[in-house]
Amino acid sequence: MSSAAIEPNRQTPARANAPANDHLIEVENLRTYFPIRRGVLARTVGHVKAVDGVTFSVKPGKTLGLVGESGCGKTTVGRTVLRLIPATSGSVRYKGQDFFQYHGEELRRLRRQMQIIFQDPVSSLNPRMTVGNIIGEPIQVHGIARGKEKDELVASLLQRVGLDPAYARRYPHEFSGGQRQRIGIARALSLNPDFIVCDEPVSALDVSIQSQILNLLDDLQRERHIAYLFIAHNLAVVEHFSDEVAVMYLGRIVEKAGRDELYRNPKHPYTKALLSAVPETNPRPTRKRIVLKGEVPSPSNPPGGCPFHPRCQLSRELAKSAGEADTVQITSGGETFRVMRRCVEEIPPLAPKQGEAGHLAACHFTE
Amino acid sequence: MASPLLEIKDLNIAFETNRGDVRPVRDSSLDIYPGQTVALVGESGCGKSVTAMSVLRLIPSPPGKVLGGQVMFAGRDLLKLPESEMRKVRGKDIAMIFQEPMTSLNPVYTVGDQIVEAVTLHQRVSRRQAYQIAEQSLRDVGIADPGRRLSEYPHQMSGGMRQRVMIAMALSCKPKLLIADEPTTALDVTIQAQILELLRKLQRETGMSILLITHDLGVVAENADVVAVMYASRIVECATVEELFDHPKHPYTEALFHSVPKLGAHAERLQTIPGTVPNPARFPVGCKFHTRCHRTRELAAKAHGSAVGTAPETGTAPETVEITSAGERFRVLQRCRDDEPNLREVQPKHWAACHQLEGFDAAPVTEPKLAHQRDVVPQVVEAAAEEVSA
Repeated sequence: MSSAAIEPNRQTPARANAPANDHLIEVENLRTYFPIRRGVLARTVGHVKAVDGVTFSVKPGKTLGLVGESGCGKTTVGRTVLRLIPATSGSVRYKGQDFFQYHGEELRRLRRQMQIIFQDPVSSLNPRMTVGNIIGEPIQVHGIARGKEKDELVASLLQRVGLDPAYARRYPHEFSGGQRQRIGIARALSLNPDFIVCDEPVSALDVSIQSQILNLLDDLQRERHIAYLFIAHNLAVVEHFSDEVAVMYLGRIVEKAGRDELYRNPKHPYTKALLSAVPETNPRPTRKRIVLKGEVPSPSNPPGGCPFHPRCQLSRELAKSAGEADTVQITSGGETFRVMRRCVEEIPPLAPKQGEAGHLAACHFTE
Repeated sequence: MASPLLEIKDLNIAFETNRGDVRPVRDSSLDIYPGQTVALVGESGCGKSVTAMSVLRLIPSPPGKVLGGQVMFAGRDLLKLPESEMRKVRGKDIAMIFQEPMTSLNPVYTVGDQIVEAVTLHQRVSRRQAYQIAEQSLRDVGIADPGRRLSEYPHQMSGGMRQRVMIAMALSCKPKLLIADEPTTALDVTIQAQILELLRKLQRETGMSILLITHDLGVVAENADVVAVMYASRIVECATVEELFDHPKHPYTEALFHSVPKLGAHAERLQTIPGTVPNPARFPVGCKFHTRCHRTRELAAKAHGSAVGTAPETGTAPETVEITSAGERFRVLQRCRDDEPNLREVQPKHWAACHQLEGFDAAPVTEPKLAHQRDVVPQVVEAAAEEVSA
């Protein structure tokens, strides 16, 4: 507890030597735009670009963490991947097959493999259904089991997530937040999926309960070889839980790397600021904090060029020593200052950077 | 040592419900010295917000009632003041900011009107002067173009901006004590960093005290001078921030520290606290933590083992009992189950409530008094200047 353990033992034996085989989920250039409608005719006057060209993949039995601040589009990514929200363009491949091309019965069969756990364990469970029905319904709908066999399956699922099988007759309101989240997990497990989107699964829970749920998800991953897309805003939780991490800002991934590489050696100025903003659990803080100016711009009217340029400390610092022709004056957060011209005019691609292989960052100026 | 600004003494609060009284705050004592930040930490339902609200007498009565205790502020017991006097204290001497800035701002008035109302209520100034004070207070909290912002409505602002407005309003009358109830919980980390830095800066400038209520141990570690940990309506541990993080004594504090993932400190597995936070309507008897406590469990297992093994000499081993909690049966020490420990000064300037601490029975029962100020304050760099040059 005492010293700031910045470089502790990062060995994670159970995860380290899994074979690097093919990807389970491949998301390519995914875009989700929501129309902005105005007037009596509800004409579309613009779009909120909630997800704007996102590419990533998840390996079987592995966890990809997706972090970002509210409104960055991370939840929309999770839902679009599962087709809970229609994609504007792009593709999602499940074991090499284009998930977006499936319809009807075939789609339903594929959906068994892909499940979701929601943030709010209160609103994601139907208050008028018993726990047994909530967990048993997907089993019946997909024709896996019925009657007594189904009840036995439900009982074993409840037991697996740490609840008494007798709870199957109770209603969601009789449970605490942590228990409800366990019910949500049991429901997601009921069809034996190999991919689960975890959308902020612990942020609504008390700290002493969070660790119980995280450990449960971890155990299930090992036992059943489930891949997770783990969406969260808490950087420490994501670090603890993920094998790979992608950082989102305004609908785009700005940096992606292996977990240890990203946290030890962040490249993008946004990732650096984000990591420095997390309070240290140490009464003698050692890290320096980069306090970002201003706030996240609206995704309906994102800044041109690099979406981060109005808040970027790197571009601003570089502009101080650059020639007049290479910089532009902008106003942001009530301040007027100069940034690099390239950042305002050109969208930086997510490109490999120095360091570990597979470390990608979307910045013109980081090495 | 200066005298405390606020002294909460033996506070006891009850809520009347149709199933009998519920006790959200029991026997809690806490002092806040001028210029100090005292953090009250705990999980939902532990009584931290009720403690803070009862300082300002914001608990509706009925169902709430004060069973006993004092809240001394500048020589007066706030719990005994007539309502008209209390109204002069609220907002003037003691101000409060809340977790959700949208629900605590009135949506049908402009931000300017709301700050001006607070100013004219407590200060003898003209409306025009009040607007100037309001404008200045928005500038103080780092809002750009404050003149224009005054005529905006809360819905036109982002979450971080609204929280700044709340702080501006709270500080417009220069309070001596600011109660901040989860001030950054609803905000993103980068905005949280801005708001906490702002509060530290304003505290340096005005010398106000802050009662910081939070469940985030990182926020506590970086901002508090003194920390009180609450569990099941009671303060179970109180010490300086350095002492508490270096040498936590109560098993709950210890377990809490170990169950939170920390940036950079990569543990393969998180420690957990079994079971759930007890419902105040159904508290266990004895120590309220005994059903989840790893310490009493380990000690009981050891004592029971030796008692069974060497049957005749049970006199040396403490008595144990079997209990059921969260679907599990295990043994705990009988004393923990039967007898609720008081907060004792187990070491100079460190208070904790656990029977199983060494020398606990001999330690004096005193009220926590700590005028300590923290040694290290977080460093802020506005731009990563050196990184760029390097």
